[in-house]
Amino acid sequence: MTIPQISVFLENKAGQLADITHILSENEVNMRALNIAETADYGVLRLIVDDASKASAILLEHGFILTMTPVVGVAVPDTPGGLSKVLGVISEARMDVEYMYSVFGQKDGQACMIFRVADTDGLAAVLDKAGIGTIGGEDLGLH
Amino acid sequence: MERYYQKEIETADREQILAWQNERLVKQVRHVWDNVPYYRKKMEEKGVAPEDIQSVEDLHKLPFLTKDDLREAYPYGLLATPLKNCVRIQSTSGTTGRRVVAFYTQHDIDLWEDCCARAITAAGGTDGDVCHVCYGYGLFTGGPGLNGGSHKVGCLTLPMSSGNTDRQLQFMVDLEATILCCTPSYAAFLAESIHERGLRDKIKLKAGIFGAEAWSEEMRQDIQEKLGIKAYDIYGLTETSGPGVAFECSEQTGMHINEDHFIAEIIDPDTGEVLPEGSKGELVFTAITKEAFPLLRYRTRDICVLTREKCSCGRTHVKMSKPMGRSDDMLIVKGVNVFPSQIETVLLEQGYPANYQIIVDRVNNSDTIEVMVEMTPENFSDNLGKITEMEKGLVSALKAMLGIYAKVRLVAPKSITRSEGKAVRVIDKRKI
Repeated sequence: MTIPQISVFLENKAGQLADITHILSENEVNMRALNIAETADYGVLRLIVDDASKASAILLEHGFILTMTPVVGVAVPDTPGGLSKVLGVISEARMDVEYMYSVFGQKDGQACMIFRVADTDGLAAVLDKAGIGTIGGEDLGLH
Repeated sequence: MERYYQKEIETADREQILAWQNERLVKQVRHVWDNVPYYRKKMEEKGVAPEDIQSVEDLHKLPFLTKDDLREAYPYGLLATPLKNCVRIQSTSGTTGRRVVAFYTQHDIDLWEDCCARAITAAGGTDGDVCHVCYGYGLFTGGPGLNGGSHKVGCLTLPMSSGNTDRQLQFMVDLEATILCCTPSYAAFLAESIHERGLRDKIKLKAGIFGAEAWSEEMRQDIQEKLGIKAYDIYGLTETSGPGVAFECSEQTGMHINEDHFIAEIIDPDTGEVLPEGSKGELVFTAITKEAFPLLRYRTRDICVLTREKCSCGRTHVKMSKPMGRSDDMLIVKGVNVFPSQIETVLLEQGYPANYQIIVDRVNNSDTIEVMVEMTPENFSDNLGKITEMEKGLVSALKAMLGIYAKVRLVAPKSITRSEGKAVRVIDKRKI
């Protein structure tokens, strides 16, 4: 089970991120998770929103460059060692994590982390086998 | 007292110079007609025969040569002597597409080195001097030209080539170099390094001969003060031999063109019409003594002014101003010729849009070049590593094409300024 992520190219200049959040709020898109990876000159903004197809259409209309990527949401027990256990399982399965970040807030004592790997279905299966739950779009209030 | 390397030539009266030029031009046109089918065809197309050229007055009848001709005729199309008579090539920096290969007989090298020797002597050089040459050696004409000129003057020559600042400074101090030859930006860099290391009292430099790139009067003052020397400009291009086509004298108000070897004209770059003395226009050279690679009416694309006003140094050869710009889009960055079209070629090859902007600047007396490229959906990825990987690929492809490092800056789509629907390709922030 995967979640759609929107990645947007950000030029490193004042107001770029503010522009995007403004456009999304104007169109009543709600952000569930956000992450930025950057170099000195540019960056990649990764977003999980409640309505990915609406958000991507709007951003494209505004001239942004973006790409949609499937990612896996993982329920991580919000206790010491919770993340460590998850990473241990992924590592044992010899899967490379390209990047990961967390979703705002938690639910039922569990935090949600977003994982990007090359084989998203494979990751879901590995986690399932280890008794670690994945989180679907509906759990995050995605349309 | 002013010194000359070839006094009779350098101070000859106007009539004498003209007499040399007339005689040599007629002979050279015949030589080219007989040996260079490429140029002969150009002459035929223009309806000019060797008999039509009787003196410098007739020069305007000859067709021009441009860098495009050199490219088209690459490598041997403009060669005027059998290859077995040639002993050397030199080449411009730049790419395969724009590379210029010039050939030299031993006689050509002799005359070229004479020109450089005149420049070194004008800068006060004698056989008692130690001449530190840190222009690049190799295909670039700077090192070999000044090296040869220095030998002719009888200076102890330090063939340092460029780079390795520690070694440069060590030799400069230990061997008590008195004349420095390099690009002005490298001279400024060395001056800074000398200051930082507190070596100012340990150097014995008295003069510098700096060329291959544009530099301002302010930069001259700065270098002169920091190094306690007199800084002289020198001009030349591979197509016409190399540095030494023109050089500055003690007056420092322009460069004397070696008119016994080169006839200079100023033309309107748009119409090709010859302009009267004192007009600002494109500099055109006719090489009248070269054997292997004698270019007639070669368009340098450098914009400048010629003056025959009497010079206090006693030299009678015409003086050219520092180049004030270009009549094409060529940029000179760190002494290297850069054409925007080369950058465009690389961008397209690497899958980037041909929508780009080149920003040239001078930071701490050293040129920088930055290429702004718009991101595209195809090149974008959620994985930052993949983007930086592509960026690195682009940087190395640019390095391979240009011969120098150019910084790449990826920017948002449609963020590169367009004026009147046409993109502004080059922003040169250097104040020269």
